[in-house]
Amino acid sequence: MKKTIHQVNERIREGNARVVTAEEMPALVAELGEEGALAEVDVVTTGTFGAMCSSGSFFNFGHADPPIRMERVWLNDVEAYAGLAAVDAYLGATQQSTTREENYGGAHVIEDFIAGKAVELRAISHGTDCYPRRTITTDLLIDNLNQAIMCNPRNGYQRYNAASNSTDRVLHTYMGMLLPGCGNVTYSGAGLLNPISNDPHFRVIGSGVPCLLGGAPGMVIGEGTQASPAAGFGTLMVTGNMKEMNTEYIRAATMTGYGVTLYVGLGIPIPVLDIETVRSTAVRDEDIWMDIIDYGVPSRDRPSLGKVNYAMLREGRLEINGEEVRTSSLSSFRRARRVASDLKKWIESGKMTVCLPTRRIDPARRAGPMRETAQGPRVIEIMDRRLITISEEEPIRDAAKKLLKGETNHLPVINGEGVLVGIVTTYDVSKAVVNPEKISHVRDIMRRKVITTTADEPVDIAVRKLEKHNISALPVVDKEYRVVGMLTAMDLGKLFGGRWLK
Amino acid sequence: MKLLVTFSRKEGKKPIIAQVVRDTGVLVNVERALIDSSEGEALIDIPDESCRIVKDKLADLGASVRILEEEISLDENECVDCGACISICPQEVFSFDEEFRLRVDAKRCVLCGRCIEICPHRALSRRIES
Repeated sequence: MKKTIHQVNERIREGNARVVTAEEMPALVAELGEEGALAEVDVVTTGTFGAMCSSGSFFNFGHADPPIRMERVWLNDVEAYAGLAAVDAYLGATQQSTTREENYGGAHVIEDFIAGKAVELRAISHGTDCYPRRTITTDLLIDNLNQAIMCNPRNGYQRYNAASNSTDRVLHTYMGMLLPGCGNVTYSGAGLLNPISNDPHFRVIGSGVPCLLGGAPGMVIGEGTQASPAAGFGTLMVTGNMKEMNTEYIRAATMTGYGVTLYVGLGIPIPVLDIETVRSTAVRDEDIWMDIIDYGVPSRDRPSLGKVNYAMLREGRLEINGEEVRTSSLSSFRRARRVASDLKKWIESGKMTVCLPTRRIDPARRAGPMRETAQGPRVIEIMDRRLITISEEEPIRDAAKKLLKGETNHLPVINGEGVLVGIVTTYDVSKAVVNPEKISHVRDIMRRKVITTTADEPVDIAVRKLEKHNISALPVVDKEYRVVGMLTAMDLGKLFGGRWLK
Repeated sequence: MKLLVTFSRKEGKKPIIAQVVRDTGVLVNVERALIDSSEGEALIDIPDESCRIVKDKLADLGASVRILEEEISLDENECVDCGACISICPQEVFSFDEEFRLRVDAKRCVLCGRCIEICPHRALSRRIES
């Protein structure tokens, strides 16, 4: 048996359509069988509500008198892109305020507009014969704008890898606060309610199909940026009229230590026309798997600490390496449910009908990494190769001599095999002189916990370590933990005036 | 009942809390403590009925004591029930109910402030207990 989209829309218009949420669907299919569910269900509604950084809005402010061609535009001190002429601008959600930094950004401007608050527009221009005005400052309400069109390049991730942190320090990431020693796991996404998870091969979700965006009727434009549906990470580009949205489903947020983001409510109705769609909408939380990624590794290809599914994550606790760890969602399942149920009401009442894509999204697409034609500087290129070291059995006096002679402030402490066992600084030696007490040897004053770098580590990562730990030097070690050099704040000076700064 | 104890260490390192436990026999739970070379602050939890005796003893030992009246407070207009706070709280104050609504068990809170710092929607704050 098959149904047509016209039959489904006919039933919606008559008020007879059977609509269920994606959360209700698995039980219904188990009860009625696939054929039974196909005969029974006309539309399955999906929903998600979470942080979607890649979001933003186009605005048209109307022309001032005398007119201005805005070249740079700020809304409540958040800069919008104005290279669109003349009174158009695009405001990105993660753009931060020039005055309030991560406490206020594009996402907050969008929420304030939707909440009906006044937003201050400032713009500058160099002035032309046709647009003589150079500056403008005015307070605007959303009703004063000709258009306020939300247009989000990458929303509705099919699923998202969970996050943890194997290092010994706290990390602040876009996946929230990650405690040391894999102390917690964070995750995002609505699992079985996620729109693309209910249509992973993009048979019915594509260009032109309707959606709920921010509480308003919207539309799927097509494939989202960075979409990788072949790997199970499809995304969507969506649009909707901001003037019809409400703050229930659009919320500004700040991930502490990371920056501003926008929480977006997005739902897509899925017409059930054939058995394949019955099967794909019967997806359960336990069917959607992902990796727990170790954000402690500061490179693009971070290692996985294990596989989990949404059912395990939603339990609130899971095991990593035999240890029980608590989980935190960053998206709201409660609000995702509300999106799916609002959409269900819209379709039951005939407020929204369904359609098939005017252009399909390629389910075989896979996102690639960036092609990099120039490699950034590595530690090996600027490190100090002189090896001025000491052993832990030597007297503090000898450490002082070596520091003076080597004109350095840091002495790596090594054992007989050249392996790093500690570090002594001029500060440690000075302290030993002031409080002599019973200490006399390097082993009494050295620090055993040493932050290190490696020769092939990018300098940016090493600099991050210096900043994070408030230190000024890192011993450079090889695979066997033998000292091969030192990277000090002084060495960073080599970057200036050198070939890295053009 | 939670007491915030502050004391100076200028006259030497007196084991104040240990002495209170020994002299009063009340089992004190240290919820959090920040002690440096010149002063210290500790948040302790004690049975309500022992409040008087512990407070007096701490005062005798030169510490100043304040009954903690603040507690963690959730602004339901700002909270979207994401749950970012759940796994980072050392006291397991936060959880979801059956409907995935955020539940706050403020009595467990020791006001470490971690959730206030990281709440993406700035929905958590300290409030004087009503």
